[in-house]
Amino acid sequence: MVSGLINENPIIYPKKERRLRSDSSNTDEFTPEPIDQLEIFDHIRDIKDPEHPNSLEDLRVVTEDSVEVDDENSYVRVTFTPTVEHCSMATIIGLCVRVKLLRSLPARYKIDIRVAPGSHATEDAVNKQLNDKERVAAALENPNLVEMVDECLLPSDE
Amino acid sequence: MTLELLEVDKLEGHTDRVWNVAWNPAAGAGVLASCSADKTVRIWEQSSLSRSWTCKAVLEGTHTRSVKSCAWSPSGKLLATASFDGNTCVWQNFATDSECISVLQGHESEVKSVSWNASGSLLATCGRDKAVWIWEIQPDNEFDCAAILTDHKGDVKMVQWHPTMNVLFSCSYDNTIKVWWSEDESDDYNCVQTLGESNNGHSSTVWVVSFNATGDRMVTCSDDRTIKIWSTDIERMQSGEGYVPWTHLCTLSGYHDRTIYSVHWSRDGIIASGAGDDTIQLFVDSDSDSVVEPAYKLLLKKEKAHEMDINSVQWAPDKDSELLASASDDKTVKIWKLASEP
Repeated sequence: MVSGLINENPIIYPKKERRLRSDSSNTDEFTPEPIDQLEIFDHIRDIKDPEHPNSLEDLRVVTEDSVEVDDENSYVRVTFTPTVEHCSMATIIGLCVRVKLLRSLPARYKIDIRVAPGSHATEDAVNKQLNDKERVAAALENPNLVEMVDECLLPSDE
Repeated sequence: MTLELLEVDKLEGHTDRVWNVAWNPAAGAGVLASCSADKTVRIWEQSSLSRSWTCKAVLEGTHTRSVKSCAWSPSGKLLATASFDGNTCVWQNFATDSECISVLQGHESEVKSVSWNASGSLLATCGRDKAVWIWEIQPDNEFDCAAILTDHKGDVKMVQWHPTMNVLFSCSYDNTIKVWWSEDESDDYNCVQTLGESNNGHSSTVWVVSFNATGDRMVTCSDDRTIKIWSTDIERMQSGEGYVPWTHLCTLSGYHDRTIYSVHWSRDGIIASGAGDDTIQLFVDSDSDSVVEPAYKLLLKKEKAHEMDINSVQWAPDKDSELLASASDDKTVKIWKLASEP
């Protein structure tokens, strides 16, 4: 395989200190905590970029604000920013985010994934692929692709 | 008179999402096939005594990937199944030892849908390779490829033969519906019409096309969250005047919040829809006095019909047409009865 990386020199942002949760006002042990933006971000921040040994958070591909959640309606939308405009890894990244959320969130959740508007040359085409459930399902039956996705989802050793 | 959709039974057994259901046309509302991402097809039968449903057969070991679509031949004797493994299988003998009698190979990638024509002499398949294939069944149950149609610009999601004529319809990721017809009734099929955005068509992937009983109307559903109704002068077409185009009649929008994966028109004229918002909705002709535009109205909305996305809705054939089957990502198939509240 040719070793030409799409983005040879990605910008790696300084690690942000992880925000601690403030005291919860919910003292009822039987009521589940509503899932919030931070919880969902925690699921995806450490996903590894397919090309670099850095996380999506390090590369600012996803940020806390890139997660929009409405727990009452079981809805989440993640908007991610590929590191370069022509990034062909965009669909892989989007797929990794979707798979991580599918494995982490309750089954009732509806998940939308999109690239940040203006951040990608074929934005509409990428978004359409990422949100076509049948296409995603078929792609995830491809062992090579699953291997790649699982690599990105492996927890890092640090 | 208030109508309700009552859950009559829940069929459990599949170990992954159920993509499609199909009622056996010869068995009335007594036999149902379902196909799943678990690579199997299940045949369910309703006991005439207890009215409960049991799984009579599991067709497994043949498809190596998700089975996306299943369709019974008009006689009810054969079942065709389309899979992401690129093959379409034809099965028979469900009472005894369901056997796969034919494997149709040819598509370059996942096959998404399979449909029999009204007489059972032709089969159509379609897939991600953007092609629509037409197959002819031979006396020895062999299938010969009669045509390979490649006009679509994207993944073809579904094929459906017209209920009375050998006119084939397909719908696609390219947002269009295409109509295929052979003028001289040979193998020479051509795309005689494309229904796209410029014809008041859909603005995103079209998932399903379904016809009313008389075949003069069709309903389509899409990722654009709308349902569209189309019509044609079927009598003119049946009289041999040549191709008569379809035109847009009405668009139903604002009813579903997510992609609408399935619509089905019952023999009684009720349109059922199933979507990613977990709801099943029913629509009928509003019988409005307005001559200007025939409109369709919502008859009933069933919230949380399933725990997850609904992938397929199908009305039972003639005899018990108030029964509806639905298939979901929640791995179950549900049987519903449309009834009026006492």
